[in-house]
Amino acid sequence: MSLLEIENITLRFGGLVAVDNVSLTVNEGEVFALVGPNGAGKSTIFNLISRFYDPAEGRIRFDGNDLLARTADQVPSFGIARTFQNIELFEQATVLQNLLVGRHRHRKTGMLSNIIFSPKAYSEELRHRAAVEEVIEFLNLQPYRDKYIGGLPYGVRKVVELGRALASEPKLLLLDEPASGLSVEETQDMAFWIEDIQTQMGVSVMMVEHDMGLVSAVSNRVMALSDGKELATGTAAEVQSHPAVIEAYLGTSEISKTGTSRT
Amino acid sequence: MRFVFKTSYDADIQLFKHRAQAVWYGLLLLLVLATPLYFAAIGDAYLLGEITGVLILAIAGMGLMLLTGHTGLPSLGHATFMALGCYLNINFLGAGVPWLIAFPLSGLIAGALGTMIALPVLRLHGVYLALATLAMSMLTSDFVVMAEPWTGGIAGAAVPDINIFGVEVNRYSTPYKFYYLVLFVAILLVWFYRNLLRTPTGRSFTAVRDSEISARAMGINLTRTKAMSFFLSATAAGLAGALFGHSAGYVTNETFDLVMSITLLLMIVIGGLGFIHGAFFGAIVVGIIPVAIANGRSFLATTFDVNINVPGLESALFAFILICFILFEPMGLYGRWLKIRTYFELFPFYRKDMFKRQKSYLKTDRVQ
Amino acid sequence: MDFLQLIISGLANGCVYGLIALGFVLIYKATEAVNFAQGDFMMLGAFVCIGFTNHEYMGLDFWVAVPLSILVMGVFGYLFNWGILRHMFGQSQTSIVILTIAMGFIIRFFAGFFWSHEPTSLETPFAGQDIRSGGLVLGIDEVMIVVVTAILTLLFYLFFSRSRIGLAMQAASQNQLAAYYMGIPVKRIHSLVWGLSGMVAAVAGILFASKGAIDPSTGLLGIKAFAAAAIGGFGSLPGALLGGLIIGLVEPLASRYGPPGVSQIAPYAILLLILIFRPGGIFSQTQRKKV
Repeated sequence: MSLLEIENITLRFGGLVAVDNVSLTVNEGEVFALVGPNGAGKSTIFNLISRFYDPAEGRIRFDGNDLLARTADQVPSFGIARTFQNIELFEQATVLQNLLVGRHRHRKTGMLSNIIFSPKAYSEELRHRAAVEEVIEFLNLQPYRDKYIGGLPYGVRKVVELGRALASEPKLLLLDEPASGLSVEETQDMAFWIEDIQTQMGVSVMMVEHDMGLVSAVSNRVMALSDGKELATGTAAEVQSHPAVIEAYLGTSEISKTGTSRT
Repeated sequence: MRFVFKTSYDADIQLFKHRAQAVWYGLLLLLVLATPLYFAAIGDAYLLGEITGVLILAIAGMGLMLLTGHTGLPSLGHATFMALGCYLNINFLGAGVPWLIAFPLSGLIAGALGTMIALPVLRLHGVYLALATLAMSMLTSDFVVMAEPWTGGIAGAAVPDINIFGVEVNRYSTPYKFYYLVLFVAILLVWFYRNLLRTPTGRSFTAVRDSEISARAMGINLTRTKAMSFFLSATAAGLAGALFGHSAGYVTNETFDLVMSITLLLMIVIGGLGFIHGAFFGAIVVGIIPVAIANGRSFLATTFDVNINVPGLESALFAFILICFILFEPMGLYGRWLKIRTYFELFPFYRKDMFKRQKSYLKTDRVQ
Repeated sequence: MDFLQLIISGLANGCVYGLIALGFVLIYKATEAVNFAQGDFMMLGAFVCIGFTNHEYMGLDFWVAVPLSILVMGVFGYLFNWGILRHMFGQSQTSIVILTIAMGFIIRFFAGFFWSHEPTSLETPFAGQDIRSGGLVLGIDEVMIVVVTAILTLLFYLFFSRSRIGLAMQAASQNQLAAYYMGIPVKRIHSLVWGLSGMVAAVAGILFASKGAIDPSTGLLGIKAFAAAAIGGFGSLPGALLGGLIIGLVEPLASRYGPPGVSQIAPYAILLLILIFRPGGIFSQTQRKKV
C-alpha cells in the first residue's frame, strides 16, 4: 500500500532546476531514505511535501489526498510531521510546551472554550498531556521536561524535535538529517528509535541522511539523488554499488565533486 | 530548594505550581481586596484612584503583552484601540444601553475593528505591522476630530457614570466601588489569560512568535492565529480604554495619543516581555515614575532652589529607562525577580548563565 | 503659474522626505534594523547646524557649519550603533524597533533642552532670495533643496557602485554571514552605514531648516518618510527618493484641491493603503527575501 506518491515533480529556482522530474512512492510501514551530495534536492523534496514550495510540475498525493491543493498548515492534518535540518524549535518555551504544540492538529476546542477553560478544554488538555508524556517516556526526555530549549545541548534538541513530530501521531514522519551533528552513541539511539517508530508505532518514515551507516541500518529502500535527478532506487546495498551513485560521490569525471559529501 | 513531585497531569495544568504558591497569591488577593479599607480608614482616597489607574494600565498592558510578548507582533497603536473602546462605551451609554452590556460590547467591537484594520498587514513581517500601527496612532487624533458627532472632537466628551442595577459607580464620588470594579475586570482578564496560555490557542501564539516555519509545519495557520491574538489584544485594550474613560471622566482628541501607545509598549518591556506579571510590574513603574519626577522636582526646588521644568522630561526618562532595560535586562523586572528568586532557591548553586539565551546570527524567516 | 509653484514647493518637501527615507532604507538594507528615530536624526541634524550657524548660538560661517554638522551627525550615527545597537545583536527585531523609538524621545528631549521648543529657522546666506523668470517666483532655498538632493543621489550611486566601502556595504547587506567569511568586518560596516545615514539625515535637516522653521517635534515627520520608503518597497534607494517626491507632491495638492484636513491625513493614509494593497511597494521588486 503506498502512502505517499510523488509523480514527476519539478521545481525551478530561476534558472536552477532544484528538483528535476522526480517520482517516488513511500509505502505504508517502510523507512525510505533519500541520499545524495549536498544540493542534490533532498531537503527541497521535503519542503515540497510540506508545501513550503510550489512545484512547477508534477503531483503529490498522500493517503488518497492531493497535497498540492492544500496549504502548508493543512498538510499536518493528514498525518505528516517533520523535523528540520537546522532545528526549528520554539526556543523560548520548555520541552513539554514544544511537544504540546506538536499536538496542535488534534485540538478540538476553540479559542472561546480555551479562554474560559471549559470542562471540554480541560479533558482535552488531559489527553494531550497523556500523549506527550508517552513520547517523553519513549525518547527518555524526562530530565529535560521543564527545561527551556535555549539552554539545551544540540543532541537533545534534535531528540526534542523528533519528539514534537511524534507527538502529532503522524502516519508519515519526515526526518531531515536526524543524525547530523550527533555523536556516535546519539546516532545509535536515533537508529533504535527510528526502528521502534517503524515497527512498534507503525509509522512510515522518510528521511534525508548523509550517514550511510544509519541509512543502511534502518531503511528498507533508498533513493539516491544528484543535481535534482534520481540516480538509483533500491536497497541500501544496491544503491551504494550503483555505478551512477559512485560516480556522483567520487566523481570519475569531475574531481571537484569529491568534497561535496560527508559519509 | 523545593522539589515538585508531579503525580498527575493536573500538576502541569493547574494555575499554581504548588501549595505555597497558591498561598502567596491568596495573600496577594487578600491584600488588594483589603487596600480600600486602609484608605477608608485614613479618609483620603486620592492614592486609591492612582492605584485604580495602574490597574487600568495593566489591563491595557495585558492586551499588548499578549500581542507583543506572546505572539511576537509589535504594535505602536494600542492607544487607538483604547480610544475606540472608550468612545464606543460613551456612545452606547449615551444611547441608554446598560453598562453591563455596553462595556463588554465596546471591547469586542474595538477588537473586531482593530483586527479588520490589521488583518491585511498581519500577513507581512512584524516591522510592517509596527509601521501600520504607528501610522494609525498618528491618525487617531484627526479621526476623533473628524468624528465629532460621536466624539465631541476637540471640545471633548464627558463620560457618563457607570450604573449596575441601580448602583452608581463614579471615580470621585464612589472611589471604592470603582476600584473593586476595575480589580474584578483585571482579575477576570488574568484568569482568561492564564487559561489561554495553558491550552492549545495560547501555545499556538508562542509557537508563531518563536518560529513561523515550525508553527506552519505543526499545522498552525499563521494569519488566523495572528488575527486571533490581535483580536484578543485589541479587545483588552478597548476594555481598558472604556475604563480609562470612566477614570478620566472627560476625554478629548489628545487623550489617546502616540505617547500613550509608546507608554504601553514601554510598560511591557520594562515589566518583562512574555510574562503576565510583566504587565502589572510595568504598570506600577509607569504609575510611579511621574510621581517620583514630581517629588524630585519639588525637592530640588525647595532645597536647592533649582527649578527644572523641561517639557518632555518625563517621556525622555521613560525612554532612557526603556533603553537600559532592553540593553541590560531584556527579561524585564519580572525576569530580574525570577533570577533573584532562583538565586536564593538554588543557593549556592546558581550560575550566572542560567537564564542566558544563545545569540544567533540574524534570523530571517527563511525556509531551510 | 500658481500650480507650478505648488509643484516646486511640493518637490522641495518631497526631497526632504526622500532623504529621510533614504537614510532609513540604507540602514534597513544593510542591517535589517528599522530606525524609527530617523526623523529625529534629521531634526537633530538641523538643530546642530542651527547651533553652529545662528548668531544667538555660535554664529559660525554657514559654509563652515554645514560640513561640520554633517560630520557631527555622522559620528553620532556611528556611535549610536557602536555604543548601543551593536549590543542588541541577536535580539528580536521588536526590541530594536522599541529601542529606536525610545531613542527618538530622548533626542527630542535634548533638542528641546538645548535649543528650546520654539520653531527656529536656520540663518542661511540665501534666505529670502528668489529666482524670477517669466512671472515664476522660486525661492532659492527650494531650488537649492532639489539641486542638493540630485547631487547627493549621484554621489550615493557612485559610492555604492565604485568605492570599496560601498561595495562591502552592499555585500554585507545581501548576506551577513557570507560577507563576514569573506573578511568584511560586518559590525564595523554596520556602524559605518549608521554614520552614513546620520550624515544623510543632517543634510535633510539642514535643507528642511533653511526652508522653514523647525522644532523638536518635527522629528515625527519621519513617519511621512516611512510612507515614502514603503512606496519604494523598503529595499530600494531610488524608490525611497521617488516615494518621498510622491508624498511631497500629494500634500500640497490635497490641501489645495481636497476637503479640509485631508492633507494632514494623506501621507499616513497612503502608507496604510500601500501596506495593505501593495506591501512590496509600488515598484515592487522581490516579495520574499532570502528564501
